Order: sequence, then C-alpha cells, then structure tokens
Amino acid sequence: MFAIVDYDTGNTRNLKKAFDYLQVPTVLTADPQQLASADAVILPGVGAFAAAMDALKERQLVGVLQGLAQNGKPILGICLGMQLLFESSSEYGEHAGLGLLRGHVAAIPDDLNVKVPQMGWNQNDLQRPNSAFASIDAAYTYFVHSYYAVCPRAEIVATVEHGVTVPSIVQRQNVIGMQFHPEKSGQVGLQQLAAFKEMVSANDFSSN
Amino acid sequence: MIAKRIIPCLDVADGRVKKGVNFVNLTDVGDPVEIAAAYQQQGADELVFLDIAATNEHRETMATMVEQVSAQVFMPLTIGGGITSVADMQRILRAGADKTAINSAAVANPDLIRAGAEKFGNQCIVVAIDAAWDEQAQQYRVYTHGGQQATDLDAIEWAKQAVDLGAGELLVTSMDRDGTKAGFDAKLYQALGAAVNVPIIASGGAGNLQDFVDVFAETTVDGALAASVFHFGELTIADVKAALKESGVVVR
Repeated sequence: MFAIVDYDTGNTRNLKKAFDYLQVPTVLTADPQQLASADAVILPGVGAFAAAMDALKERQLVGVLQGLAQNGKPILGICLGMQLLFESSSEYGEHAGLGLLRGHVAAIPDDLNVKVPQMGWNQNDLQRPNSAFASIDAAYTYFVHSYYAVCPRAEIVATVEHGVTVPSIVQRQNVIGMQFHPEKSGQVGLQQLAAFKEMVSANDFSSN
Repeated sequence: MIAKRIIPCLDVADGRVKKGVNFVNLTDVGDPVEIAAAYQQQGADELVFLDIAATNEHRETMATMVEQVSAQVFMPLTIGGGITSVADMQRILRAGADKTAINSAAVANPDLIRAGAEKFGNQCIVVAIDAAWDEQAQQYRVYTHGGQQATDLDAIEWAKQAVDLGAGELLVTSMDRDGTKAGFDAKLYQALGAAVNVPIIASGGAGNLQDFVDVFAETTVDGALAASVFHFGELTIADVKAALKESGVVVR
C-alpha cells in the first residue's frame, strides 16, 4: 500500500488513477500512523511553495515526513511535491522546505528565450547511468512549472533543457523527486512509477 | 528543448465523440476512452474535448467522461464548451482534466479568467478565441457562440487582455481557415506571437503535412490542433511528426 499525502493539493486523483492502472493500492491520507505503515509515501503538489508548506504545517506533517525519510521510508515527491523535498525556495519570498535533499528552488529565468512556465513535453538526459530510472533517457515527459531545483550533481538522476538545465528526476537514497507529471506522461511516465514500485518492493535504493 | 505539440480535437455530446472517428482498429467509433487511447498510441501530445451540447445535464455527463478517460489515458486533457463558472471549472478539473478552455463565457465575463487563474493557477486556464479577418476594419474580429456572434473585440487586443487576466494558454481558431484545409493562418499567429508570451495553439485550416510544417516555420506557435484530418485518417499523428522532424521542428 502506498500512501498519497492528503493536504488539499490538486493532482492527487490523477496520480491515484495512474497507480490504480499499475495495480498499486493507494490510500489518500494525512494520518501519521497510516503514512508510517505504508510501503511508500507519495507527496503530490500543485500550486505555490509557501502555501503547500503551510498546508503541511497545519496538518503537522513536516516533522512526520522528515522522520519517515530519516527512517528509510521511500518518499516520492511529484512536481511541487519534489520541490518541497529541498532545503528552501525563493517563490514569492524565501521559504524553508522539508530539507530532505540538498538544494534550493529558484525561478526559471524568463529572459532566455523560453516561455515560463515550462508547459509541455521535454526530452530527458540521463545523468546517472546505473539508475533504476534509466529508461527515461532520451524520452519525453510532460512538465508544468515555473520554478526548478538548483542542486548538487550528486542529487540528480536526469535533466531537461529549458533555457537552464532543469533536474527532472532527483534522488538521494530513499528520497526521490520527479519534476514532470508521470501521471500525464503516457507510457514513459507509467514506466517511471513502475520503476519506483520495483525499488520499493526490492527495498533497493542503492542505484545512486 | 520543449517539443511542439500536435493536438487532435474531439467534439463530444452525451458523453460520446460526435462526427465519428474512423481510423483503424476502433470497434466503437464514438467511444471517448477508446478514441483517446488510440490517439495516445499514435503519439498525440494532448487531447482537446469540446462539449458541443453544453447544458447542465450534459456537463455532468462530460465530467463522467473525463473521469473515464483519465483513468485509462495518461496525457494532458483540455476540456471546453459550456464552462461558465469557477464551479464548472472545478468539477471538470476534479474529474481529471488538466486545463479548461473558456470562450464565450470569458468574453461575456472576463473576470472568470482571473477567478479561475487565482483558484487553479494560470496553467489550468486556456482562453479559446474564434477570430476572422475584418477587411473593412483591418483587424481580426472576435466571434462568440461557436462563431455565430460577432463582437466588437479586436482579437489581438483581446488576447493581451486575456493573458493579463491570467490565461495560461490561448487556443486560437481562424474562422477564415476552419474547414477549408487551406493551411493555418500564419498572419494571425504572427500577430498573436508578437503580442503575448504564453503558449499559443493554432487551429483551423490543417489539410496536409506541409500545413503543419509551415505553421511552425512561419510562426512561434507552440502547438497545432486539428480535427477532421486526424479523425478520418487522412493524416496520422506519426506522419505529421515525421514531416516536422524532417524539417527540423522538435517534436516528441
């Protein structure tokens, strides 16, 4: 059973549909016990960074998620959910994140002849050849975002180019993030969720 | 680099795709799930569903259809037709749509764009514009109600206003070209591209592969939408993408 963190964010239902399709049972919950007993925790997110952190704080989930990550619970953040895994963001002021990954979230510069938000399909470059997500290499996934992670190379699994180099998959052991929407990226997206499911089943996060 | 999008558009009434879609391997030419899955298989980048019978009753049916499609087909879905309130938007987004397209309702009540963008984010709000060249006024005029009613709005000015209010994307149909298969209206999209910086989807006039090559060569549009050439199998998405790739356009 995977737990999808319920904190009033947008894309939870489509994520659930993708896991249903992959025959992974999910529960939508904000209950610390349920999160702790799940095989993996999925952190979705659409909207603004500060509002999402506030929603997590209101539900007293910040410490819960940090504790779970430290105890080795697999955590997958998606889109804004991935950005929340980092130390901080400069979206409308400086805001602290969950600090599970090293790095900062910054605006995609809009003076580089690219449109912001990045909205559409972009081609991934694999940066970590032995990754469980290696099937992403050269494949297109669907993005909708205006901010991106600025982080050490050690955290990066794959990237796309959009004026700047945008990390599309990040991972540090059991903490994983996807900037694109796997639930909207066709077969390639489903393949990445299936790869995550395999990692959880095998309890093997060594590919970084 | 972000890929240019190729988008089939489907007319829906009573939860069924109308006008039929009769390319190979469909057992039921009107079933939205089956048609959406077939287009996903062909490599469509996004699907637009337009509710052409938008009464209250039909809106419920539309939400049910979106639920069903989004449980089987994992690609961006835009839903338009008959969306007149934030509550309508919410219902369709909850059902699994990624974007809602508003046209006549936005002209009648521009504040709907702002209200929707504030609640759901700009990326969820597509403003659809039907425009035709007015020779006398020397401008593109906006039409509403499925092209039936002329307005006083200049399409380029209206596009700017819609973006200022929070539209995250514009889906612009050239009524002069729609149904003609004479190619996309490059002049219209050049004017729009110079006026706004959100993604623009070109619609109306696609007849052959060269039309797609031309619209991306001559304008800065982010996507091209077509209906009949895809539905009747005259062109496949794969054909269009192969032709674009050959001409140096980045496609998925």
